[in-house]
Amino acid sequence: MPQITYIENNGTEHQVELPLGATLMEGAVQNDIKGIVAECGGSCMCATCHVYIDDKFLDLLPEMEEEEDEMLDGANAERRENSRLGCQVRISKQLDGIIVRIPEKQ
Amino acid sequence: MKQKVVIIGTGHGGIQAASSLREEGFEGEIVLISDEKEMPYQKPPLSKGFLQDKQTEDAILFRSVNFYQNNNIDLRLGAKVCKIEPNNCQISLENGEIISYNFLIIATGTSNRKLIIDGKLVENVYFLRNLVDAKNIQQKLKESQNIVVIGGGFIGLELAALSIEKGKNVTVIEAQSRLMERVLPAIVSNVFYETHQQNGVRILLQTAIENITTNEVILKNGENIKADLILAGIGVIPETSLASEAGIACENGVLVNEFQQTNFSNIYAIGDCANHFNAFANKNLRLESVQNAVDQAKVAVNHILGKPQPYHTVPWFWTNQYHLKLQMAGINSDYDETHFRGDIEGQKFSVFYYKNQKLVAVDSLNRPADHLAARKLIQNGISPTFEQVADLALKFGELCC
Repeated sequence: MPQITYIENNGTEHQVELPLGATLMEGAVQNDIKGIVAECGGSCMCATCHVYIDDKFLDLLPEMEEEEDEMLDGANAERRENSRLGCQVRISKQLDGIIVRIPEKQ
Repeated sequence: MKQKVVIIGTGHGGIQAASSLREEGFEGEIVLISDEKEMPYQKPPLSKGFLQDKQTEDAILFRSVNFYQNNNIDLRLGAKVCKIEPNNCQISLENGEIISYNFLIIATGTSNRKLIIDGKLVENVYFLRNLVDAKNIQQKLKESQNIVVIGGGFIGLELAALSIEKGKNVTVIEAQSRLMERVLPAIVSNVFYETHQQNGVRILLQTAIENITTNEVILKNGENIKADLILAGIGVIPETSLASEAGIACENGVLVNEFQQTNFSNIYAIGDCANHFNAFANKNLRLESVQNAVDQAKVAVNHILGKPQPYHTVPWFWTNQYHLKLQMAGINSDYDETHFRGDIEGQKFSVFYYKNQKLVAVDSLNRPADHLAARKLIQNGISPTFEQVADLALKFGELCC
């Protein structure tokens, strides 16, 4: 299974393995990683699973749909070039080793 | 001595309460009780991703299996509470066990309103409330071609949309003159009506049912509709029997103050079952939403921990049907003016509701950025001018916070 590193805002690192097809949001929530709220449960409705993706992996991610793009504009933490919503990024083999940083607020 | 919090219910409210207690440093005992056998899971996806076969059972779990043990939360599954004794600060389980508490949080949610025709309870109708219901419906959907949905509210329409997407014949029967009439204005509910029709759903409005047989729904107008599966979503009633039998004040839900306390100061009620005064609606009500359950859980926990902060969060809701993503912020039950933003024809617009020129609610159809901005605007009491609402070049972020 692909390995994912989540880095919480206070610097705490978590290395977890996620099954193919799981989302970055599900992986965070089910591994008790702090800072991912995921209020809507993965419906792309609330923008509370905002994450920053390590630049090396940006091009390997599934393309961003318009709704995710718009939601990110309204996220509570600063939107950056490498911002994504965790619920919209599904784990593929290519993403093995990906590093995901959690913003200061959701 | 260590304190003990007992939480009844493992929906969004109950799980949030347990999580928040630990996050906020509570070191006492936490007992979390569910009458269901499954590990705690999220209910909103049941009528969406789960029945669409896009989300598995594991994907909708709130937390990992280890979470409860790691956080020293005593999770009791398949345990039914049969009595609350407020004066003795204890509850009884059906198996005879008695659990004492310092604080009790009631997060029992709602149950489905049953279908009664001519005074008789209709049996062969499927309701969706929990995972067991969802699995039954999932199985039955596979075997059925003709689906009848009774009730044109959120749940009924979500079920209709996912059924037609599975290639079924779908009829929706609604007693009112519009879909989701209780919560949406005509301009929004009409979009849903047209979209369901375009996708092949037959919608019967202002239609009454005469009788239901094993494989037919018979309408008052005489028509018989073939039905291999009858689904109903006709509203909910708050689960208050435990509370009311214990002498906890109830009236359309468990009555709570701004800190979620009931008339017993160490008993709290949160989420769908809690009737509270909501400043954004300016009246007492119950809200059936994730937001309300999660935020009220935090309010109750903060109060228990001696850091009282009254409940004051803009209500918000959502529904997904086909390509339609509807997000609702605030309560749109009392307004005197509406203004539009976006493209109504293109099904990408928001309705801004004003009362005495104050923004009270915003419904956003396929305009998620408007929704997120609206929550901040309403929370902070900022009312954009009507010109600003119509000006698509304006980003609301510039107005608030």
